[in-house]
Amino acid sequence: MNWVNAVIQGVMLGGLYALFACGLSLLFGVVRVVNLAHGDFAVLAAYLALVVITATHVPALLTFVIVAPLFALFGYGVQRLIIQKSLEVSPLTTLLVTFGLSVVIQNALLVFASADSHSFDVGRLTSASLRVTPELSIAYVSLLIFFTAVIVLVGLQLFLSNTAMGRSIRAAADDQEAAAIAGVNTRHVFGVAAAIAFATVALAGLALGTYSSFDPSAGPPRLIYAFEAVIIGGVGSLWGTLVGGIILGVAQTVGGQIDPSGGVLAGHLVFLAVLALRPQGLIRARLAA
Amino acid sequence: MTTGLAASDQSAPRAVRVTRARRSSLWGLTAVVAAVIGLATLPYLVYADVTDFLINAFILLVLASMWNLLAGYCGLISVGQQAYVGVGAYSVLVLAQNGINPYAAIPAAVLVAGLIAIPVSFLVFRLRAEYFAIGTWVVAEVFFLALIRVRSLGGGTGTSLPGLSLIDPALREAFTYWCALVIAAAALLASYLLLSSRMGLDLTAIRDNEVAARSVGVRVTTAQRIVYVVSAAGCGAGGALLIISQLNVLASAIFSVQWSAKMIFISLIGGVGSIEGPILGTGIFFAIQQSLAQLGAWYLILVGTVGIFVAMFLPRGVWGLISSRFHIQVFPVGYWLHEPHPALPQRGREKS
Repeated sequence: MNWVNAVIQGVMLGGLYALFACGLSLLFGVVRVVNLAHGDFAVLAAYLALVVITATHVPALLTFVIVAPLFALFGYGVQRLIIQKSLEVSPLTTLLVTFGLSVVIQNALLVFASADSHSFDVGRLTSASLRVTPELSIAYVSLLIFFTAVIVLVGLQLFLSNTAMGRSIRAAADDQEAAAIAGVNTRHVFGVAAAIAFATVALAGLALGTYSSFDPSAGPPRLIYAFEAVIIGGVGSLWGTLVGGIILGVAQTVGGQIDPSGGVLAGHLVFLAVLALRPQGLIRARLAA
Repeated sequence: MTTGLAASDQSAPRAVRVTRARRSSLWGLTAVVAAVIGLATLPYLVYADVTDFLINAFILLVLASMWNLLAGYCGLISVGQQAYVGVGAYSVLVLAQNGINPYAAIPAAVLVAGLIAIPVSFLVFRLRAEYFAIGTWVVAEVFFLALIRVRSLGGGTGTSLPGLSLIDPALREAFTYWCALVIAAAALLASYLLLSSRMGLDLTAIRDNEVAARSVGVRVTTAQRIVYVVSAAGCGAGGALLIISQLNVLASAIFSVQWSAKMIFISLIGGVGSIEGPILGTGIFFAIQQSLAQLGAWYLILVGTVGIFVAMFLPRGVWGLISSRFHIQVFPVGYWLHEPHPALPQRGREKS
């Protein structure tokens, strides 16, 4: 039963990783930028939520109503002012610039918020769980995060395939110049894609603070997990991202079941195995983004 | 090093002189040699805190130069070179635990780091340039998580380096300093030789345009792999120096991504794509670090911000600014084209 439990917890954890990964995947798919500050932006969003909770006393689970739109705006600004400019210098410059942002965010949080770790108080939900069998139960928080990830991925898929803006985003991702000739304002479109990516980053940050805890240095590991989920699932496939997240999550919890200190290492090894044996990922990309 | 070249334009045959070095390069190289000799005498002249400071500077110079080889000439941004810093340090530890003198273990550490980089390169080179950065980071994490499981190497709590406790501290300090100086000089010399060889021409072509380089027959992946291995070996030397100068090793510190952050910011601010850049960058980095030392994390905020601005607005760094303004190259890896124009007898045009 322990093994079944480990697998189920891993699937739930995979939802969290998929939530982290979809912003990374979207930004890479559309703007061709790997945002090395991805995890740190999520942690920043979690701190922003703490500020919102202290200031307005809204329940932690509802802070996304404020934090996600703020982060979408923030993402649009970051894209237009920083990432676009560094893309024009060279594609590799974006890596250096986002790495710089990562270091600045981590240390700024350290200076202004101390190294203490925080988590969100979700009241009775913290310990409530769905009892499947007497030995097997799933925390509602995990379920909530998993379904948030699924809803975000479905929403993103529908948005990209069915709306005018989604078409513009896919066009700009496919061929920036051709899209521009056809009348797409690619800079604005990239900004919108970044805004969506940052909104999902904010959700991921809130999910992290609800699922476990965060501190100023919590970003880089999340960036790595998100990246592994993207590569395992297959670059460019949103559903692959979910599959990749789940495989990574299961690898970590099952690895942790074998050896309590080996979970993260097991996840990395599965990632390296996929890279060695099937570098194109497990799911073939269907969508341009 | 002087070659006579006939200009391709047959109607106006003018002899164009092509040289490697200009006079400023000769002066520059003389200054470098003099500096190395001068630095070598320091343990006789100054207190240990100065040499201690310089050991750290040399280590960072070595690491930044190695990162710069990858980024500046191969277009490969690595955030995982700390993997080889750790491998170098732990190689020295393992050998020292088996009775080998830590100083004698440095070459072995360099070799181990280089050898491990070969199979790793086959794995990480599968990732596109943008994802290469995080891929190398994962490799560093794997090395870290694997090493802390080895109880005899101190696990996660660290361990001290045996084999140096019987040496007089002043002598040990001086010897470590000389090792650091020699390795720093060797790293710069290796970079210079690599870049001024035929291979350097390939690398410059890759740096300027990878697709075009491939189309004229440059074996891009092979060249990149060789540089990746050289870079790993150099980082291994840096790690070996770190454990010898600190006399202990903590896995989470030696495998920390902070090393990559330092390599990146030093190269970036000094100038990516030149040998001189990391030297200048090391100086600037230490100036910022020393002046803000008591403010804790603030210096990293400042260094990070400066790094972002330099990357966006000054892609060739501070050295690029100086070099293009004054036509100086200390390490001449390109060629100068001297046009026999009477009005401009001394001016050469840089062809790098």
